[in-house]
Amino acid sequence: MSVAIVGAAECDLGHTGLSTQHLLAQAVARALDDAGLRVCDVDGIATTGHGRFPATQLADQLGLCPSWTDSTAAGGAVFEMYVARAAQAIEAGQCSVAVIAFASNQRSARSRNIGGGYDAATPEAQFEQPYQPLWPLSYYAMTAQRYLHTYRLDRSDLARVAVAAREHALRNPTAFRHAAGPLTVDEVLAAPMISSPLGALDCCLVTDGGGAIVLTSLDRARHLAKAPVRVLGYGESVTHAAMATPDDLLSTGAAASGARAFARAAVRPEEIDVIQLYDSFTVSVPLGLEQLGFCPPGAGVHWAGVPVNTTGGGLSYCHPGQLGVLLLVEAVRQLRGECGARQVEGAATALVHGTGGIASSHATVVLGVR
Amino acid sequence: MAEIPEDEVTAPWWDATRSRQLMVQRCARCGLAQLPPRVLCTGCGSAAPRLEPVTGRGVVDSYTVIHRAPDPAVAVPYTVARVRLAEGPILLTALIDVTEPRCDLPVTLAWRPLPDGRALPVFTTEE
Repeated sequence: MSVAIVGAAECDLGHTGLSTQHLLAQAVARALDDAGLRVCDVDGIATTGHGRFPATQLADQLGLCPSWTDSTAAGGAVFEMYVARAAQAIEAGQCSVAVIAFASNQRSARSRNIGGGYDAATPEAQFEQPYQPLWPLSYYAMTAQRYLHTYRLDRSDLARVAVAAREHALRNPTAFRHAAGPLTVDEVLAAPMISSPLGALDCCLVTDGGGAIVLTSLDRARHLAKAPVRVLGYGESVTHAAMATPDDLLSTGAAASGARAFARAAVRPEEIDVIQLYDSFTVSVPLGLEQLGFCPPGAGVHWAGVPVNTTGGGLSYCHPGQLGVLLLVEAVRQLRGECGARQVEGAATALVHGTGGIASSHATVVLGVR
Repeated sequence: MAEIPEDEVTAPWWDATRSRQLMVQRCARCGLAQLPPRVLCTGCGSAAPRLEPVTGRGVVDSYTVIHRAPDPAVAVPYTVARVRLAEGPILLTALIDVTEPRCDLPVTLAWRPLPDGRALPVFTTEE
């Protein structure tokens, strides 16, 4: 493949007091600055999560008339999907410089609802909402319950995922929990129960934040500010919208999505140096590692391989509602060697896996600098 | 809670709940049973699968006990579950009077009446 990521940046994170439009423009400006490009160089825009026509809105905000846009809505995995679509648009000549961006001020605006909010036009409003599940939390809780039952594990096995995320956050100055100190398994187990077996500390943060990445052709990338990070492969899988649809909670779209990305990249799981894997809830990490082929079913809780979620992840770094773009930002930084205390030494190949909705949509990207 | 919506595809299924009858759709061509009611069979794409009654027996696939309700008027804790019917389809539902829920627990159909005469299928343990 002949497309590279040439710019990557976060907007302000945490509790910003800023508007979403402000944070979005900030993310785009910083990512372009990182690439050594200007707003007027951009002719492709992909974004979601704000307004009825998100990419159109962002183009207007930036004063651009792009030749390619994408506002596919698929939850937090969509940014990995945008990488595939942007790479295809660049290779097809539809645009030359594409920006993928997301921002949310959900913590400042207090706009997050634990019930999620059902659209009355969907079957779920008839067959799901009447039972008052938390959305998406209760779906992941039922997945966790089945996971613990099947592999004869207990809550402490999942709690260690939150503990590991905190250890990474302590090495990341931008992490929401950077100054919070280490977390213990006992603290995770003692946190208020929300939707069993998941307690408050098994769940991702609710913060402001976002980021942007910039893609262009590999030829053009060679003349820009930083070493290009190549898009080696991508894959995706969309499996369900309703909590009752999947036959097996422990068999997710990550398996097909990952297999497609590995095949396209001609890379094997054991060749990956660092993993950014959407940790909406603690259970998402071991199950994701298993489904992506890094370890056998049930072994994800004992993972001792390459580092996962070096920022501290959604659990301890930042979770602005859709984490996918920030997984890409961190992968780019790791591959460039920019991560300071949390740098994975010699990282040359990264896997990014996004998940959206209730494990509904999965998208995987393999990046590399070799 | 606001009145639960229905539409022309699902109305016959909801009507059956008025006589406390739980239905699934069964495809005349491929035989697949499915829920919720849809326009097409998810097995073979055939139109208009017919409704048929089920035994009301099932097994808990998984469950979660919710301690913080989306609607503050709802009393906590309560138990939401995925129940796999003997006929195959999985329902999102509630477990009622199940003191020790667990995965793979056999359960049977019960009903929670709605103010408009319809009822929600829920599940409980066999006594």
